Amino acid sequence: MEEKNIRAIPPEKFRFVQEDRVLGDKKLETKPVGFMRDAWRRFAKNKSSIVGMVIIVFLVLFSLIAPLVSRYEVSDIDGQYADVFPKVATWAGGGIWDGTRKYENGTAPYQRYLAMGVESGRDAVTKTYGSVQNETVSIVNGVEKTVVTTTYTYRQDTYNAVGYIFLDLTKEEYMALQEYQNETGIQVIYPHQDNKQMFSSLDANYWYKTYSKSSDGHSKGEAVLDDDGNFIPIYKTSGTDNYTSLRIDGDPAKGVEDPSTVTNRYRYAVKNQSGYNVRVCYYDYYVYQHGFEPCYIFGANSQGQDLFVCIASGTRFSLILAMGIALINLVLGAIYGAIEGYYGGAVDLLMERFSDILSGVPFMVVTVLFQLHLAEKVGAIGALIFAFILTGWIGTASTVRMQFYRFKNREYVLAARTLGARDRRLIMKHIFPNAVGTIITGAALFIPSVIFSETSLSYLGIISLDDARSGLTSLGTLLAKGQAEMGSGFFHPIIFPSIVISLLMISFNLFGNGLRDAFNPSLRGVEE
Amino acid sequence: MLKYVIKRILLMLLTLFIILSMCYILIKLLPLPPVRGTAETQQLVEAQRQAKGYYDPLIKQFFNFWKRVLTKFDWGAGENLYPTQSVIHIIGQKLPATIVINLFAMLFSVPIGLLLGIFAAVKKNKWQDHFISVAVMLCISVPSFVFAFLLQYVFCYKLGWFPILMERLEITATTTTGEIFAQLFRPSMVRSLIPAIFALSIGTIAGLTRYTRAELSEVLTGDYMLLARTKGLTRRQATVRHALRNAMVPIFPMILGEFVGILSGSLVLENIFTIPGIGNLYVNAIRALDYNFFMADSAFYTAIGLAAGIVVDLSYGFIDPRIRMGAK
Repeated sequence: MEEKNIRAIPPEKFRFVQEDRVLGDKKLETKPVGFMRDAWRRFAKNKSSIVGMVIIVFLVLFSLIAPLVSRYEVSDIDGQYADVFPKVATWAGGGIWDGTRKYENGTAPYQRYLAMGVESGRDAVTKTYGSVQNETVSIVNGVEKTVVTTTYTYRQDTYNAVGYIFLDLTKEEYMALQEYQNETGIQVIYPHQDNKQMFSSLDANYWYKTYSKSSDGHSKGEAVLDDDGNFIPIYKTSGTDNYTSLRIDGDPAKGVEDPSTVTNRYRYAVKNQSGYNVRVCYYDYYVYQHGFEPCYIFGANSQGQDLFVCIASGTRFSLILAMGIALINLVLGAIYGAIEGYYGGAVDLLMERFSDILSGVPFMVVTVLFQLHLAEKVGAIGALIFAFILTGWIGTASTVRMQFYRFKNREYVLAARTLGARDRRLIMKHIFPNAVGTIITGAALFIPSVIFSETSLSYLGIISLDDARSGLTSLGTLLAKGQAEMGSGFFHPIIFPSIVISLLMISFNLFGNGLRDAFNPSLRGVEE
Repeated sequence: MLKYVIKRILLMLLTLFIILSMCYILIKLLPLPPVRGTAETQQLVEAQRQAKGYYDPLIKQFFNFWKRVLTKFDWGAGENLYPTQSVIHIIGQKLPATIVINLFAMLFSVPIGLLLGIFAAVKKNKWQDHFISVAVMLCISVPSFVFAFLLQYVFCYKLGWFPILMERLEITATTTTGEIFAQLFRPSMVRSLIPAIFALSIGTIAGLTRYTRAELSEVLTGDYMLLARTKGLTRRQATVRHALRNAMVPIFPMILGEFVGILSGSLVLENIFTIPGIGNLYVNAIRALDYNFFMADSAFYTAIGLAAGIVVDLSYGFIDPRIRMGAK
């Protein structure tokens, strides 16, 4: 009966519900939470991934800022300062990060270091902890002989321990250096020694009298001390040196108005064919040359490169390389995987076979072949990039393919297809966004693997960046150089690159794992 | 099942053939590397090249190469590295060191990794689990060579417990593989290998721990575990008898894959500890531009990689009867 009534309602009685309002969806009262926003929320909740991100930001900033701040470049090589210790500043009695090391020496080398400071005031021995005497009994020609050797334990300033070097200067350079001395009052040139009395004519540090052969308790090379226990100088007192600048204490001509009248004045240079051979305190000469004091924050490696700037440069190289390669592989893999997954069938089978074969080739083989074939044309780095790209995209492609298989037959895709959406639109708008999360995660986890491979390859010397010429270095190259130094007791050339590479790997893994958790749909809405 | 296995193996051989052919052609497209060494060696190598037809057209060389490999398993002889010695013989001399070290590393890391993983899963979300998780994270992320440097510095240089480099193997041109194996098991030799074994193990232990923990903790939440407890089993009994067995289904193939992979060793670690293994040979071949060694070594690595994949896939079917191989 009611039905009849409804049917009987005349049309003019009908009214529009909305009257004069526009009918539409109600606006959301809260801000909508999109996929990315949701993922970010979950990511931010994860403490370890935030830590990873902070370390990454720190390393990126370090690699960008350090070369700007540092006074050195990768191509700066100073053989004299090879293996000097890390130094931030000098502080009295410190021992931490001030370029010093604890060291042990016998009498003769200990005295050599001690004498450096006595002459110039640049103490190579900053603190002596003590000495131990050892008696060794040996039988020479049937006579029992006791030899006492003393071992000193002391703190050595590795920067001052370079001491003095002989230097050949042209006349102009020699005069300019004297001019500099007069202006600043800093003694750079020190008197030459008497060649005949010198322990080693190649070592500029023997300015004092030494025992030329072992005798009564003193071994060869030990200093002959005067009654007060001071070193006895053996400076050169003859010849022409054209020296008009500062004179050291003890020089008979010091303070004399016209030094050339004093015949036994010290001679500060030896004239030779090209100019003058002088003996300089290397630290002060370095300041004269560069205008700043030598200070290697992470120390220097065996070649005398500044580790701080080398590590920053290597980190930057690794990061740029890894991110660039990750980006390229992402695009390639996404396209490849999308085509495979969307079309399926024979196309998929063929393409899958192709990527199967490629993935079977060990990465090392690819790298070496590319290095052999392409290194001359596109350089070692170019060949390396090609090698990474050749097989790197396979992982991304297979994840994208999986996502496509999962989503391409969903109802909403069919609906869109029924409405007439073309393949491109279906792929780009409807299916691909589902794969974005996995792709980003894959890329974040791909970066550390690239860094690791690149470091290993350059460690093995399979790719070699000519760092001295190109100004580019890799952490792997630094590690290889550092490892060679480990035998000589230098640990800083290997510890600093090791720390940085470890931080890089840890941070990217934490970051990538955080991303994976954030994007993983199975965790969506699940509280920990 | 058998059909599936045969199909997989044939497919693998085909892949191997394609990869090696590409590799061979790419190498042959490069100019022949100059021979270093004494005039006598140069002459010998030159004669050897003539005899093997190195100056023939590429197609002819290609077919000859496969003929030699398939009929006599002849991969040529060394040129710059071990001149005129058979490549296969030298690889036979290099394999023992790699195998022994990796074997020790596996024997050391599998039990520890499994135990730590089980422990972490049982103590899930307690401090022990968190501690293990952090340690695993660090050990997986930090590259093995950093651990190698650390171990070398602390135990070899500072404490002096172990020799810095591996003890030298006495290898002459005629030493057989068996003799080298015998040398490798000398106590002093094993002692000198310990740092390398440790360095190799750390990553494996961490990986295995993480995997075991993940698998076991998933299994532990299964319904049948609840049933097992309900019917009166203790937690320990339920874990050992029911959970562990099921968790082993994915874990065991992983361990098996690692065992196959031990042959390939680690290039970097062999270089750090100067282990005269297959990886060291590979790097030396590349540095010395000895393409015959490079080719044979590449073939070795490719084959190992492909074989490991197959072994892992097939082992699922053998270990768990529920998984049917090749089923559509």
